Amino acid sequence: MRRFLKSSVYATVGLAALGLAGVSQAADSLTVVSWGGAYTNSQINAYHKPYEAKTGVKINSEDYNGGLAQIRAQVEANNVTWDLVDLELSDVIRGCDEGLLEPIDHGILPAGDDGTAATDDFLEGTLYECGIGQIIWSTVFAYDASKFTGDKPSAIGDLFDTAKFPGKRGLRKTPRVNIEWALMVDGVAGEDVYETLSSDEGVDRAFSVLDRIKDDVLWWEAGAQPPQMLADGEVSMTSAYNGRLFNAIFKEGKPFEIVWDGQVWDLDLWGIVKGTPNLEQALDFVKFSTDTQRLADQTKWISYGPVRQSSLPLVAEEMQPHMPNYPENFKTALQNDFEWWADHQDEMNERFAAWLAQ
Amino acid sequence: MAQATLDMGVITTVDGTPLKTKLRQAERRNRLRSFGLVFPLLAFIMISFVFPIGDMIFRSVDNPVVAQHLPRTLAALENWDGQEIPDEEVFSVLAQEMRVAAEAREIGKVATRLNYDLPGSRSTITKTARKIRKIEEGPYKEVFIEADKDWGETETWSKLKQVGERYTISYYLAAVDLQRDATGNIISQPENRQIYVPLFLRTLWVSLLITVICLLLAYPIAYLMATLPVRYSNLLIILVLLPFWTSLLVRTTSWIVLLQTEGVLNDILVWIGVISDEGRIQMIYNMTGTIVAMVHILLPFMVLPLFSVMKTISPSYMRAAKSLGATPSRAFWTVYFPNTVPGIGAGSLLVFILAIGYYITPALVGGRTGQLISNFIAFHMQSSLNWGLAAALGGLLLAGVLALYWLYNRVVGIDSMKFG
Repeated sequence: MRRFLKSSVYATVGLAALGLAGVSQAADSLTVVSWGGAYTNSQINAYHKPYEAKTGVKINSEDYNGGLAQIRAQVEANNVTWDLVDLELSDVIRGCDEGLLEPIDHGILPAGDDGTAATDDFLEGTLYECGIGQIIWSTVFAYDASKFTGDKPSAIGDLFDTAKFPGKRGLRKTPRVNIEWALMVDGVAGEDVYETLSSDEGVDRAFSVLDRIKDDVLWWEAGAQPPQMLADGEVSMTSAYNGRLFNAIFKEGKPFEIVWDGQVWDLDLWGIVKGTPNLEQALDFVKFSTDTQRLADQTKWISYGPVRQSSLPLVAEEMQPHMPNYPENFKTALQNDFEWWADHQDEMNERFAAWLAQ
Repeated sequence: MAQATLDMGVITTVDGTPLKTKLRQAERRNRLRSFGLVFPLLAFIMISFVFPIGDMIFRSVDNPVVAQHLPRTLAALENWDGQEIPDEEVFSVLAQEMRVAAEAREIGKVATRLNYDLPGSRSTITKTARKIRKIEEGPYKEVFIEADKDWGETETWSKLKQVGERYTISYYLAAVDLQRDATGNIISQPENRQIYVPLFLRTLWVSLLITVICLLLAYPIAYLMATLPVRYSNLLIILVLLPFWTSLLVRTTSWIVLLQTEGVLNDILVWIGVISDEGRIQMIYNMTGTIVAMVHILLPFMVLPLFSVMKTISPSYMRAAKSLGATPSRAFWTVYFPNTVPGIGAGSLLVFILAIGYYITPALVGGRTGQLISNFIAFHMQSSLNWGLAAALGGLLLAGVLALYWLYNRVVGIDSMKFG
């Protein structure tokens, strides 16, 4: 029996090796992974289609819900099937530190249309060792205008005020943005939010503000959910990504209004998965998709701000008021502090989970 | 049939070989043949079950990152008494090792690992590593403390020493809401971070509740299926099997359509005037939603074992009991019910074990209060990337199921279980 076991172990190892060897890579295609829905659609139209037409390389678009889990699994198993991933900033930093992403030389990026060198053309804080910025997006909140006949919500405090504006609220099921908002509602100035959160009292304070609406919140996870919840009447106000709301309002004609007060903005960047067999192709695609014209083009399909200065004048005039970085919208904006979150996300996630379950 | 002869004391077949040998040969051939048939399954189980579970258990104690990247620092800390911060010598060894790790892009892993046990220390490591890469030589002590004042705290160092252990129990401690303090004593997590023990208890309680509800619902259905004329019972069987064959996601989302506050059920209640439009009932995205959807999904796993056992109980038993003067209820409880216990055991164990590890349905309809432990395992697999903790939680769940199985075997006896 012992020998049986032994030989069966060998056989299974052999089978497993065969399975791994069977995975082959086609050199003339590129797998680009993004967040799905209206956002991926904007990238397909603005980047993928013109790139396919130009080079003949076939682009496979895949969807994911953020995070580094799949990337880490692929890198650790030495079986990289994703080439290029649309990542949030905190994941770019972490992925870079943990050796999951390829460093990208900023020198390869094309100069702007007006001749400005790429490193000057990209807005400050949008180029990283392993990530090339594409768009600025933000988390805002919106309400269904048909549900509020009198006063309309206009400030971030209204999201937390169920006495003044009754109804259920939608919030993303994460402490991120929510605890920042809670402090802002409680009177903490934007620039002091993360400093306040660095003390235990600050975190207690944020959660005690969240307590006010806890029983009225429906929690969402995927970006496509909140506009749906608002449309179904499940909630009267919800936080959401501004591009998704734009899509619901202008492409689907929903009667939603966006409140820009207290928006928390963040970046999406291209990251290349470490060890991809299509490194050259992926770099070429990054160059192509982050040039002035392409970044301006994606605003035709979704209202996320391009990160190149030279792209801004090319954005259609009617789109500009819907950009997170439009001056009128940007007054009380807060930038998501990736470093604070990298440090505290495990702790905050646990605390948030414990708070949710109470 | 071989003719046996008795004259030589040894039983032989006609050709003279001892019967024993012949028999052994025949049996060996049979064994080989049956092993050949079983081999594909064995290989499959090894690949898809034994290896992954072994790997998971290993991951829950494996702790290679810090030991691998900072071995000399850990050696230098070996005799450190923990009273004051270490001296320059240790700082300079750590600086050298951090520089190497930073250049190899591995320092982030060290930082992440330390951050699990000491929240906020991630940037302590990454910030310092960035700084170290820029300077050529020491003294390092001031540089470190200037980069992050936490290097001046003994807690940072004792935690660093703890996470340097090649094998660790800290994932298991975290999985039961415990941690080690700076001196290595096991203490409980701060109250506002205690989540896993309540969740384990909740998962057990919900699984038990679902099992009981399934049993109460399934018993009469299975009874009807087993006793009605074939014409009707076939229809019933189809009604049970059709949802069983439908995709899990479809069934779960149909419950969302039915139960949401703007959903079918609430609309009907408002329409017939039971509740007002403002008073719509929250029936989903909470524990109720989880229980309703899971009972529906797991019901066939209770009905089918019950049905197959009831099918074997001859109707004449009940008739005999009644003819001997038993009331219908007495006949049921003393004759029929005991005969169905093997089915109840099989169904309950099946439903309970499936429920305890259920993941998709609570994730979709559980909302805030209807989450189970498996949702947190998924969270640590997919979002926080703390695979060690996920493995420890999974290991505890597995141990729980095995313990229950053992208990069941002791109390009821696994041999009496019948699936059909």
